[in-house]
Amino acid sequence: MDLIVEGIKKAFSLIFTLDAEVLGITLLSLTVSGLATLISMFLGISVGTAVALSRFPGRRIVVSLINTGMGLPPVVVGLFVTIFLWRSGPLGFLEILYTPTAIILAQTVIAAPIVTGITLAAIQHLPANLRLQILALGATRVQTVWLLAKEARLPLLAAVMAGFGGVISEVGASIMVGGNIKGYSRVLTTATVMETGRGNFDIAIALSVILMLLVFLVNAVLTQIQQRERPR
Amino acid sequence: MKPETNPDALLRAERLLVHRGGVTVLDIPALDVFEGQVLVLIGPNGAGKSTLLLTLAGLLKPSRGRLLFRGEEIDAAGSGYRRRIAMVFQEPLLFDATVFENVAAGLKIRGRGRAEIGRTVPEYLERFGIGHLARRSARKLSGGEAQRTSLARAFVTKPEIIFLDEPFSSLDPPTREGLTGDLERILRETQTTAIASTHDQTEALRLADRIAVMNGGRIAQIGPVAEVMNRPVDGFVASFVGVETVLPGRVTRVSDGVFTAAVEGGEIEAVGRVRTGEGVLCCIRPEHVTLSTNIPPPGSSARNVFSGRILKIVAIGLFHRIHVDCGFNLVAYVTRQSLESLSLEEGGDVIASFKATAVHVIHRGGPLPAPPC
Amino acid sequence: MQNDRSFLIRRVLKKHGLAVFSAAVFLVGMALPAPAAGPAQKNLILATTTSTQDSGLLDVLIPIFEKKAGYFVKTIAVGSGQAMAMGQKGEADVLLVHSPVAEEKFMAEKSGVNRLIVMHNDFVVVGPSADPAAIKGSKTSSEAFKEIAAAGALFLSRGDNSGTHAKENEIWKAAGISPEGQKWYQQTGLGMGQTLNVASEKRGYTLADRGTYLVLKKNLGLEIQMEGDPLLLNVYHVIQVNPAKWPKVNAGGAKAFSDFMVSAEAQGIIKTFGVAKYGSSLFFPDAGKKEGDLGK
Repeated sequence: MDLIVEGIKKAFSLIFTLDAEVLGITLLSLTVSGLATLISMFLGISVGTAVALSRFPGRRIVVSLINTGMGLPPVVVGLFVTIFLWRSGPLGFLEILYTPTAIILAQTVIAAPIVTGITLAAIQHLPANLRLQILALGATRVQTVWLLAKEARLPLLAAVMAGFGGVISEVGASIMVGGNIKGYSRVLTTATVMETGRGNFDIAIALSVILMLLVFLVNAVLTQIQQRERPR
Repeated sequence: MKPETNPDALLRAERLLVHRGGVTVLDIPALDVFEGQVLVLIGPNGAGKSTLLLTLAGLLKPSRGRLLFRGEEIDAAGSGYRRRIAMVFQEPLLFDATVFENVAAGLKIRGRGRAEIGRTVPEYLERFGIGHLARRSARKLSGGEAQRTSLARAFVTKPEIIFLDEPFSSLDPPTREGLTGDLERILRETQTTAIASTHDQTEALRLADRIAVMNGGRIAQIGPVAEVMNRPVDGFVASFVGVETVLPGRVTRVSDGVFTAAVEGGEIEAVGRVRTGEGVLCCIRPEHVTLSTNIPPPGSSARNVFSGRILKIVAIGLFHRIHVDCGFNLVAYVTRQSLESLSLEEGGDVIASFKATAVHVIHRGGPLPAPPC
Repeated sequence: MQNDRSFLIRRVLKKHGLAVFSAAVFLVGMALPAPAAGPAQKNLILATTTSTQDSGLLDVLIPIFEKKAGYFVKTIAVGSGQAMAMGQKGEADVLLVHSPVAEEKFMAEKSGVNRLIVMHNDFVVVGPSADPAAIKGSKTSSEAFKEIAAAGALFLSRGDNSGTHAKENEIWKAAGISPEGQKWYQQTGLGMGQTLNVASEKRGYTLADRGTYLVLKKNLGLEIQMEGDPLLLNVYHVIQVNPAKWPKVNAGGAKAFSDFMVSAEAQGIIKTFGVAKYGSSLFFPDAGKKEGDLGK
């Protein structure tokens, strides 16, 4: 019990004294997961919309692949991304293993199917004739996709948040492809694991509190937007 | 009624075929839509009305055939043709935005400036009686308000042709009544060419210059309203349109709620809120027409009495349908018993009568009666 | 098309100005935590054991080396076994490991060059203060292990092919016991720190390097029950991955790191590291010594 209280005290002292290392780790977590989410958003929303709107042979298989991808275990992603990024691997020439870029890549692989799957469901959930109505208003293909995505903006927002929540709290892939390098590729989750290993439970708790605060803030923003968009 | 004089169709379909799942759902050898006219498609569910509308609007690629707009073949892939038309569906299909933003959508898509949007949109909001709703969220509209928004969104782009797919069929009757009147007025004011589908006969009669009756993906009959209603080409059309006698006319005299309308080949007295000079459709259901051989018919207070000649007698179940030429064509039903006791036969003379209250009056063109408020 | 584009841009900026702004912030932010901005060969991958990282020693040594040599060190803290596996594939440039038997094999197959002794500490057998298997007073570690097995007292093994795990297997072998599959023998598959935590929670015995144990001692309900056996010696070597085998290896960096670890400066730091905090040194510098002379 003392440990938890001490940990939370430590957390706030680290936050309020703007501890350089903790701040750096927090910013890196936000940056890496934010960028991965952003890339996933562009990939997921465009692919999800495209699959939702088109009919082609093998579409069923693509849809089930996307749905399977939504549940990709981070460690599996971590393992395969690591193998691909090895110097001897097919993407070794990029020389990005054990860099924040590698974490972004792995997290994108985790988050993109989540955003794609939710986008697919959201667009399919729109009225069947809405696409025709938009076309009848004279929209081009690009405008049609844009207007449909705008109509589904709340579930899409939820998709993005789900993706972000998934990757910022993910540890397996980050530690494997990022290497948990001090001041470089150490994010909140990998730092928490390491500090626990070192027996620095107070710092580990502090990092967890920061992580939870971040996730809470993100969800608060989402709720705020939802409440504003759908009054009463 | 606008006469069918325009020799060049605004929109022409040639050998249109639509297959779905190996089944032909639409087969239209030829169809012309004339500028400034309203063509109404009627027919049972699954007759192909919606498919035809979507195909003509360039939203559904036909399996075969081609569409000519002002004599040029339509390129359905680009947005060019779609920017010259508009379409209103049964559901309002509004965006999750304000009424104003919804009505502005088509203009924004066309890249029109803020100034033009600010000028045009309010004008159309007023036209459809939703000016006071401009700032309201489209999610908080009644069914009628939502469909008015959808109509305004379609008309504001000043389409050269507008497609309406059962636009009012999910509304309650009073709302539908009001909207049909407004739509008719705006179509006339703007001289917009339109193709509408509907289930509702009154709606069809109010809006249509021409009617096309569809069945099984084909057009069973197409022509001016009175022609289709009065002279169905076959049993299907007859059963579907209900074989009312429909007489286009103009009000010549109004007194005490009873008015006289001049129709082709005669005058009819009827009851309704009309003004002198107004165009009307007088509809008389066959069961309301009494046939006799005496003048005046015994025990009748009917104000409309015509002598005529029997053109045709068709047996339909327990009834016989009698087509009478009394200056205009009138259809009556009689029982087998009456047929025999009156000894009616084709070519024979007969007295036809119906009450003024039996005439179903549909307003058409000309000034509208004062709104019932 | 022109309309489309300006339409889109206008919509995006108007409705999603915040998102676009954050995206820009993210992109700018990306540039900040990237000391790898220099040439690619500035990056040096050091594969090492969890004990060197968990003890905090590398947090002290690496920044000094980076500053001095101008390399950016990517420390990947895994077990000695995995570190050597990375070396075998050329995925690391330099190793700091403590699994002598495996290291010799690694050298024999020409995966590494220039294996140098850096430092040592020792392993200790720790267990609950009650010492249920009564191993206190055992003369050798293998004797202690025999008693644990005889008493059926819980023993927590790393089970991760780390240097510690290799040492533990060596002791079981010396004791003539094969513990795998026994009820009282559990493998955590975790690092040293976490395995100590598990042992503490479960009131079991485990083999730990003294450094990590000392660092974590305050949170553990474990005491040293057996120490001082020559077999418990824990020696760390630095090995450069063979650049002749893998041309992509940063040979220059590996050499520089290797030189640094045996330099007087680094050896001095190793000697004093942890004294202030834990009351005794965690590691003992051994540069230039022979392995056989240690612990005497």
